[in-house]
Amino acid sequence: MKFSLLSLARQALRGHADWPAQWRSPDPKPAYDAIILGAGGHGLATAYYLAREHGMRNIAVVEKGWLGGGNTGRNTTIIRSNYLWEESEAIYEHAVKLWETLSQELNYNVMYSPRGVMMLAHTIHDVQVFKRHVHANRLAGIDNEWLTAEQAKEFCPPLNIAPGMRYPILGAALQRRGGTARHDAVAWGYARGADRLGVDIIQNCEVTGIRRGAAGAITGIETTRGFIATPKLGVVAAGHTSVVMAMAGVRMPLESYPLQALVSEPIKPAMPCVVMSNTIHAYISQSDKGELVIGAGTDVYTSYSQTGALHVTTHTLDAICELFPDFRRVRMLRNWGGDRRRHARPLAHHRQDPGSRPLRQLRLGHRRLQGDAGLGSCLRGDDRTRRPASDRRPLLPRPVPDRSADRRGRRGGRRALRPPCC
Amino acid sequence: MLLITCPHCGARPEIEFRYGGEAHVARPADPATLDDAAWAEFLYMRSNPKGWHAERWRHEHGCGRFFNAIRHTVSDRIVVTYRAGEARPDLATIPGLDTP
Ligand SMILES: Cc1cc2nc3c(=O)[nH]c(=O)nc-3n(C[C@H](O)[C@H](O)[C@H](O)COP(=O)(O)OP(=O)(O)OC[C@H]3O[C@@H](n4cnc5c(N)ncnc54)[C@H](O)[C@@H]3O)c2cc1C
Ligand SMILES: [Zn+2]
Repeated sequence: MKFSLLSLARQALRGHADWPAQWRSPDPKPAYDAIILGAGGHGLATAYYLAREHGMRNIAVVEKGWLGGGNTGRNTTIIRSNYLWEESEAIYEHAVKLWETLSQELNYNVMYSPRGVMMLAHTIHDVQVFKRHVHANRLAGIDNEWLTAEQAKEFCPPLNIAPGMRYPILGAALQRRGGTARHDAVAWGYARGADRLGVDIIQNCEVTGIRRGAAGAITGIETTRGFIATPKLGVVAAGHTSVVMAMAGVRMPLESYPLQALVSEPIKPAMPCVVMSNTIHAYISQSDKGELVIGAGTDVYTSYSQTGALHVTTHTLDAICELFPDFRRVRMLRNWGGDRRRHARPLAHHRQDPGSRPLRQLRLGHRRLQGDAGLGSCLRGDDRTRRPASDRRPLLPRPVPDRSADRRGRRGGRRALRPPCC
Repeated sequence: MLLITCPHCGARPEIEFRYGGEAHVARPADPATLDDAAWAEFLYMRSNPKGWHAERWRHEHGCGRFFNAIRHTVSDRIVVTYRAGEARPDLATIPGLDTP
């Protein structure tokens, strides 16, 4: 069924009792041309673009729980492309452009709302770093502008810019095209689109083993619903990537850390944009339902618990209360965590890691929610095609050890400081 | 917040400690002879298990010393802590390890 004003009116007259299921729940076939492991935003987008742009129809997405129930359903929904590295600029900007028309493309309202993402500078160092981001982004044709503290307050009236603050606001970098989207809707929209193109989305099907033939090539996967044969496997398992790849005998340069978020009780519209502060570890926006959506820092230790320590969220709320004194009496409703994979090797994002070389037919992907669309449209066939066609720059640098040695990433003459939330 | 038993000082709240990553990743004895792949293995490759994990902690706001702990990465339960330099305890000898 196509969603439209007409279909909405028709269903309203029938008391919304007749909306059909948005995707099938097929049993796994004995074999597929390709299988995607993980039905998060990345996996579903990958399947959708494989089917739509590459004509692969005999493919499946396997998911141990329900689709969109991993980090895709747990994040703070921020979308932006104001990154420093050219490779990051390229993939996220490609993604933001996809986001802009995604609702129309999928005929599914992903509630993309470019309300502006403002990143606060609290120290001279922050000012220098963000100005550098602004200049680098503008050179790359990506919008990003520098605001004084007064301009920041004008853009976001609840913001406190009093000079006596513990971490005073010296200015801010604003990406007006940045914003938020409905995270669940992204998974649902891609799932519906992929399903219509014939992709089998198999939920409640945990992958428990990866079978390789004598020459090392993948022959299929063991799952809780039996063996499924495939010559190609795409792994988009977020924090579980190390666990899944170990099934194929591949070690990963990754560690999984809990990342927490929380939402408040719903209140009337008060927060017009997204505000992020990397220095004091807090970011905040307001959902269309009225809840304040707050992102906290990562816990210090690796974990798959999907929860984190209370002192981490308390620290974030301290920062929120100072930045937005008006919100001091708002009550928090829910707090949760996701398993976020962090690269021990900072540059290895979604390129074929050296450890996976023997598995030529295995692809890995991870690019956060905002990258779901972008990476999904790039994670496929071979290295040459893993980027938007319009972009001729190298998508990712080769993993040269002296370059990846520090997280700040030195590159050519250009020294990049990645904000800790990336 | 975790309650962590420093082998030197006793049980203290997590905020007194700093996490030190996977334990028993020994620095190569002869660094000059290592090729890039071997360096990458030492610097970046981690087991990142979903299960029991041997890891380093430092009692930063206490005795200041490093020690090791064995923690389950789903329940975050720590079953044993031991001094730096001691061998990783044989998991089979620790009671209660069959349940996370
Ligand atoms: C608290 C928090 C806040 C965040 N905020 C933002 C933000 O504001 N903006 C942003 O861009 N990003 C944000 N992120 C990051 C973003 O949510 C993730 O990067 C993104 O959702 C990852 O999508 P994915 O499809 O790769 O992974 P997931 O959605 O986690 O999907 C992976 C799937 O793989 C499945 N799986 C794992 N193992 C197996 C197995 N053995 N067999 C079968 N299936 C398996 C899992 O069940 C899961 O559904 C945030 C993350 C967290 C945790
Ligand atoms: Zn101590």
